[in-house]
Amino acid sequence: MAAMAAALRGPVARFRSRTRAWTRGTRGAANAVGGQQQQQQQSFDLLVIGGGSGGLACAKEAAQLGKKVAVADYVEPSPRGTRWGLGGTCVNVGCIPKKLMHQAALLGGMIKDAHHYGWEVTLPIQHSWKKMAEAVQNHVKSLNWGHRVQLQDRKVKYFNIKASFVNEHMVQGVDKGGKVTLLSADHIVIATGGRPRYPTQIKGAMEYGVTSDDIFWLKESPGKTLVVGASYVALECAGFLTGIGLDTTVMMRSIPLRGFDQQMSSLVTEHMESHGTRFLKGCVPSLIQKLPTGQLQVTWEDHASGKEDTGTFDTVLWAIGRVPETRNLNLEKAGVNVNPENQKIVVDAQEATSVPHIFAIGDVAEGRPELTPTAIKAGKLLAQRLFGKSSALMDYSNVPTTVFTPLEYGCVGLSEEEAVALHGQEHVEVYHAYYKPLEFTVTDRDASQCYIKMVCLREPPQLVLGLHFLGPNAGEVTQGFALGINLPKVMMDRPPQTVHLTFHFECVQMWGVICTGDADSRDPSHLLRRGGETAHLQALRPGAHCDWMLRLSHHPCQAEGTRYAM
Amino acid sequence: MSSPPGRRARLSSPGTSRLSSEAREELRRRLKDLIEGNRVMIFSKSYCPHSAKVKELFSSLGVEYYILELDQVDDGINVQEVLTEISNQKTVPNIFVNKVHVGGCDRTFQAHRSGLLQKLLHEDSANDYDLIVIGGGSGGLSCAKEAAKFGKKVMVLDFVVPSPQGSSWGLGGTCVNVGCIPKKLMHQAALLGQALQDSRKYGWEYNKQVKHNWETMTEAIQNHISSLNWSYRLKLREKGVAYINAYGEFVEPSKIKATNKKGQETFYTASTFVIATGERPRYLGIQGDKEYCITSDDLFSLPHCPGRTLVVGASYVGLECAGFLAGLGLDVTVMVRSVLLRGFDQEMAEKVGSYLEKEGIKFQRKFTPVLIQQMERGSPGVLRVVAKSTEGPETIEGVYNTVLLAVGRESCTRKIGLEKIGVKINEKSGKIPVNDMEQTNVPHVYAVGDILEGKPELTPVAIQAGKLLARRLFGGSLEKCDYINIPTTVFTPLEYGCCGLSEEKAIEVYKKENLEVYHNLFWPLEWTVTGRDNNTCYAKIICNKFDNERVVGFHLLGPNAGEITQGFAVAMKCGLTKQLLNDTIGIHPTCSEVFTTLEITKSSGLDITQKGC
Repeated sequence: MAAMAAALRGPVARFRSRTRAWTRGTRGAANAVGGQQQQQQQSFDLLVIGGGSGGLACAKEAAQLGKKVAVADYVEPSPRGTRWGLGGTCVNVGCIPKKLMHQAALLGGMIKDAHHYGWEVTLPIQHSWKKMAEAVQNHVKSLNWGHRVQLQDRKVKYFNIKASFVNEHMVQGVDKGGKVTLLSADHIVIATGGRPRYPTQIKGAMEYGVTSDDIFWLKESPGKTLVVGASYVALECAGFLTGIGLDTTVMMRSIPLRGFDQQMSSLVTEHMESHGTRFLKGCVPSLIQKLPTGQLQVTWEDHASGKEDTGTFDTVLWAIGRVPETRNLNLEKAGVNVNPENQKIVVDAQEATSVPHIFAIGDVAEGRPELTPTAIKAGKLLAQRLFGKSSALMDYSNVPTTVFTPLEYGCVGLSEEEAVALHGQEHVEVYHAYYKPLEFTVTDRDASQCYIKMVCLREPPQLVLGLHFLGPNAGEVTQGFALGINLPKVMMDRPPQTVHLTFHFECVQMWGVICTGDADSRDPSHLLRRGGETAHLQALRPGAHCDWMLRLSHHPCQAEGTRYAM
Repeated sequence: MSSPPGRRARLSSPGTSRLSSEAREELRRRLKDLIEGNRVMIFSKSYCPHSAKVKELFSSLGVEYYILELDQVDDGINVQEVLTEISNQKTVPNIFVNKVHVGGCDRTFQAHRSGLLQKLLHEDSANDYDLIVIGGGSGGLSCAKEAAKFGKKVMVLDFVVPSPQGSSWGLGGTCVNVGCIPKKLMHQAALLGQALQDSRKYGWEYNKQVKHNWETMTEAIQNHISSLNWSYRLKLREKGVAYINAYGEFVEPSKIKATNKKGQETFYTASTFVIATGERPRYLGIQGDKEYCITSDDLFSLPHCPGRTLVVGASYVGLECAGFLAGLGLDVTVMVRSVLLRGFDQEMAEKVGSYLEKEGIKFQRKFTPVLIQQMERGSPGVLRVVAKSTEGPETIEGVYNTVLLAVGRESCTRKIGLEKIGVKINEKSGKIPVNDMEQTNVPHVYAVGDILEGKPELTPVAIQAGKLLARRLFGGSLEKCDYINIPTTVFTPLEYGCCGLSEEKAIEVYKKENLEVYHNLFWPLEWTVTGRDNNTCYAKIICNKFDNERVVGFHLLGPNAGEITQGFAVAMKCGLTKQLLNDTIGIHPTCSEVFTTLEITKSSGLDITQKGC
């Protein structure tokens, strides 16, 4: 293999040319070189490495534009041996199974609510992991199948091979049986995504721990679980595990949901704590041992006390971050640069890597949000640019997202911290409210953490910088509001001042509507200033008052007179 | 009320001493207006020490007063002349309190000492109230409370005439008592029923025998409503709004009669009135309807499970009720005279209907009941319904435990004395036409809420209109209520949310060739595992091709449509275009993200069915 690779290094100069004729022309040469190893070489207009959300979207779009496209996808089994089909993280070990298990947990809550609404459910109520997992896995498998069919329909060639670069135009792929395929293409898109990180320095971590790569595919209930980490993956998993009735503990080293608004994040964990998830804060695991009973004994260090502690769990789930899948790609052979610190591929606004005809999209690319919809869109736009349909660049700003913890947290735009860092405390105004969803009234559900917040610039027209929503269905609610954040980009035909004002104003109104459960406090709301001076917003709406349903928060900022209640 | 020094009224009339009888009448009328329009009216001369003493007295009492300085107006001599005719007093100061002539300086001080002045003052302004609101529903309460914030003296009259079945309720109007709130909660109960079924697919295991207890649900909901009724009363008290549980009826332009439960009558006057009486369900006017049928006024507090139910009418009220009753496990039939959800997008309406059919609701189209008979008494009893085809002589019969009429609503405008003061109503619909300031044809009478002609019958709209009206009336605001692009959601088991125009209306307004309609069917992720249909949920936007593909209509049939529609409605207010939808990243995996990826136009005729396995 090494010999072959060396032999192939020769014609590199020729591959630089982007003409199709050239690359096609190399087929014979490559076959001749590797002939003894029965390699097949095929050439394409576009080769996509990685069959996840971004890769598939890019491949399908290119094929639709009449190009000859190949996708190489291969799932390296997790250390626990979990593997899955085509579709990448989102479909197999991410958004889809996560949201379904979240739904399972929500349904558990609804069963509990039901008796308040007259449904006579007889106890005991139990949950079968097996049944849920099977249903979820069946759906995922149907999606795998669906992706294959879609590729076929669009005449995209799919290779279930583990790909690595031979040179900047050629990739070699090895299949399960060890058979090698050579693929060359004018354009190559790397969309290999990321995989969960293991804390390899911790003894027993690899051996006994699982990650999000495994949890959705477990055949048996994980039982009493320790989730290590406080990323959204960690909190989402801990949330649904608690929700389906498992004894769940989250061990976090520092802050929850790094990168998200910290006030919102602490409300998220507060809600989880009040709903049965245990938190070990400021703790770091140091050792995992298997007990004769089959259970795992975890030893950790409590940073605050400096003491060591131990606990016994059935499952330890690592959710301490993800690493990009770049190590096995032989990127150096193609000359593609990665950031040595995080191993992510460095890209420009065109998604191009250091090699102009090699691109990277999705989680593997440096500085991109690790989200399915951005990867899909980036992939589509990339294909459109490559094959002449459009020159539009992907806009990564103001991407809305939702954390599917038991109480969902949806947001778009800047967190309060980011806004303050960017514009200075004195230029930032925050509107906020606690609210009680109507459905919570009858069931007497605790709504202490149902909270919304709008981060704005203080100067009129009070440009809305960030929207944050914590409550049921936050995912669904946030989408429409996310439109507004992007208003100035497209509303060229209207004065931006007006657009901002309208959006700001309407947000306050509408959130006022969502905020409150009964007709009266559904008052399209007003802005109450805590400080003495008159708010300029009162010019919009004279007569300020705070609704009785809406409690003011204990947030320290309020004392400074910078917060309004919506 | 404390605003000394007094404001100065100005009269400007040509300064002649000889008055024509016409001019004299005109001046007399204006002086009367001043006297009647002001709680304390002082005619004085700026240099007169007696006048100054009187002004000081009222200032010290903290009473607002109006002054006309006769030496500073051009026609002061004429004023004094006419004043003499009116009051039989030649001198100044000449003081009137609440339309009553008190006299000059000495008599005013005498009245002060004897307590007469206070008594007169406490009879308050020319009228008892600055504002009387008739109707304590969403619109009326919001208007009253807002007016109170401006320091105005406000009264709310609310009286619930019991339904023919005897249902009545507390303060808060339709939304709180017999509308949005209980409806949404019963909808939630039905959704939980669905959730119970779904939950098994998600691994939840419990005894399969799950029954629904109507009484438990109704009690929980009624308890919540009672707490709201109570909180409304408390809030009115906090804001200093007088609340009377009495039926209000105009007897004079500025006077109403309030009749309480015991039939006691009291009269109140006000300078401004707001009518916010709302609507009540309509009856068919057939034999047995008021006797045996119930309406949405009765359903939410029905003490027993309605059992096998016939819903007459396919308004949103009819379909919502049919939806949750079926969701609670009842046998439900809907009898429809013509179309479903009149006024809504008809493509969406039909989709709503077919989902209801899938949920087991039977539809009897093109029939209308002609006779309701009681077969058996009981809770519920048994009723026989005879219905006639709207297209021919065919009749059908059915036997039900409950017949729920949802055939529209009637404005409560015909028995409140409007004819006595000349407020015009649309004789056919009973609705009140108003200008864009919610003003009726009688200038000091306004109206908000469901009784307005041509305005949406929605709680948030009434609240907003009532509040803005109070601000314009008393707060110097100019802002009018915007009735355009108001979002709404029909809470049928599968929710239908919309904002802007229906497709039919859009075609009427913009012409078909100027519109592009984008649409798609979608399969909520949560439905996959439960094996629910993958071609039921539907998203549609209607764009104006020649205005940057501006979105003029937004329609969504799917779970949580109510929650989803809000944000999109905000964007529509700001001028949402198709481009903005394209440029916005979806939130994955949600239903709402479908709007960020709408590609198929209706005009292309391309297939939108989802091919999931």
